[in-house]
Amino acid sequence: MDKVEAESAASPYITATFRIRRFNPEIAAEAVWEDFTIEIDPKERVLDALHKIKWDVDGTLTFRRSCAHGICGSDAMRINGRNRLACKTLIKDLSPEKPISVEPIKGLTVLKDLVVDMDPFFQAYRDVMPFLITSGNEPTRERLQSAADRERFDDTTKCILCAACTSSCPVFWNDGQYFGPAAIVNAHRFIFDSRDEAGEQRLEILNDRDGVWRCRTTFNCTDACPRGIEVTKAIQEVKRALITRRF
Amino acid sequence: MTTSDIKLTGSSSEISPENPAPVIEAPRARTAKTPKATRGNFEMYGWLFMRLSGIVLVVLVIGHLLIQLVLDGGVSKVSFAFVAGRWASPFWQAWDLIMLWLAMLHGANGLRTVINDYAERDNTRFWLKMLLYAATIFTVLLGTLVIFTFDPNIR
Ligand code: HEM
Ligand code: SF4
Ligand code: FES
Repeated sequence: MDKVEAESAASPYITATFRIRRFNPEIAAEAVWEDFTIEIDPKERVLDALHKIKWDVDGTLTFRRSCAHGICGSDAMRINGRNRLACKTLIKDLSPEKPISVEPIKGLTVLKDLVVDMDPFFQAYRDVMPFLITSGNEPTRERLQSAADRERFDDTTKCILCAACTSSCPVFWNDGQYFGPAAIVNAHRFIFDSRDEAGEQRLEILNDRDGVWRCRTTFNCTDACPRGIEVTKAIQEVKRALITRRF
Repeated sequence: MTTSDIKLTGSSSEISPENPAPVIEAPRARTAKTPKATRGNFEMYGWLFMRLSGIVLVVLVIGHLLIQLVLDGGVSKVSFAFVAGRWASPFWQAWDLIMLWLAMLHGANGLRTVINDYAERDNTRFWLKMLLYAATIFTVLLGTLVIFTFDPNIR
């Protein structure tokens, strides 16, 4: 009985250090690491720690977040060297005895602290025409599809465009010209949709110099995806579709 | 009130028209103006070639290493006479010729990929590739010439 009481009275809080990559172009041209040591419940998420720092310690800390529940895709960042969503990463899973590093995702220009310029990422997304393209008259009812046809591209419908995959890809890091995994995932979602008629056009777009052939099967994208999408597999399926189309 | 009257606070206080914020260099970013679609299937054929030549190279290279370095006394047996003896047979001539061409083209295409990945400026990219192509063509032609014109009687 005493033991139980002692345990429930014990504070759930621990002291954790967050080593955050700070950058403010109005102050310095270089980014610097800054340590913030706070008291926090390890069952909370990294996003909660960032909130605590921003609200209680340093209001200039800048990051994106919107839904805070893994749906909007705005808070992908590099936490302890791996791309993850801050709102889906529990502090207790990061060995908080050691400083937890938090950096902006790589390969995109850092604007301030953890905020990067997402324009090149969304440009690649736009370039694969991520919308339904059909011919003929619009049907008066919904466009029907068998369960099996829907299953074919189910995995790639889950993407929330967080850029965790694209910004974990070494080919994208080297020069931002590669379409990147996220654009290919979203092309896959329509290429393999039986209702869509522009699969051929999208395949041709990804047959480009900076298309799927730049993929080196590193699997960083699959590891990074917070939605558990088999990203590398989707890219390979697009490659296979291109090859079988030709031969 | 003009803009210079506005008091900058906090992190922006050091910034003024005379002391502007530093420019952030963007990497080679994709924009709406990025040139689109190189037509043709060159990259696809390159990708297929790496895999197909790789499969053939496994056999050719491992066979080559075994014969030259392991079997029959290892590397110490390799001499002018040994090479002359092997190239007397059209089978080994063909083996070495195919291995030369496949390994050179495979290696060159692999390095082309590496250059495309790592060269940052278009100029560097271009000249590195020219150097690579020149070296490749030179080596392939020289090797081919030697295999076909090899004379076992030169001394
Ligand atoms: C022995 C059998 C070999 C196999 C099975 C093989 C297979 C491959 C494959 C599949 C790739 C493409 C990797 C990718 O795009 O992700 C590759 C790349 C490459 N190979 Fe080979 N290869 C072999 C021998 C060689 C030889 C003999 C050379 C040198 C002359 C060589 C040089 C390269 C280079 C420079 C690359 C590019 C590396 C990169 O993309 O990062 N390979 N190889
Ligand atoms: S595929 Fe996954 S990692 Fe890539 S943008 Fe979509 S949700 Fe993010
Ligand atoms: S804040 Fe929306 S995904 Fe994390």
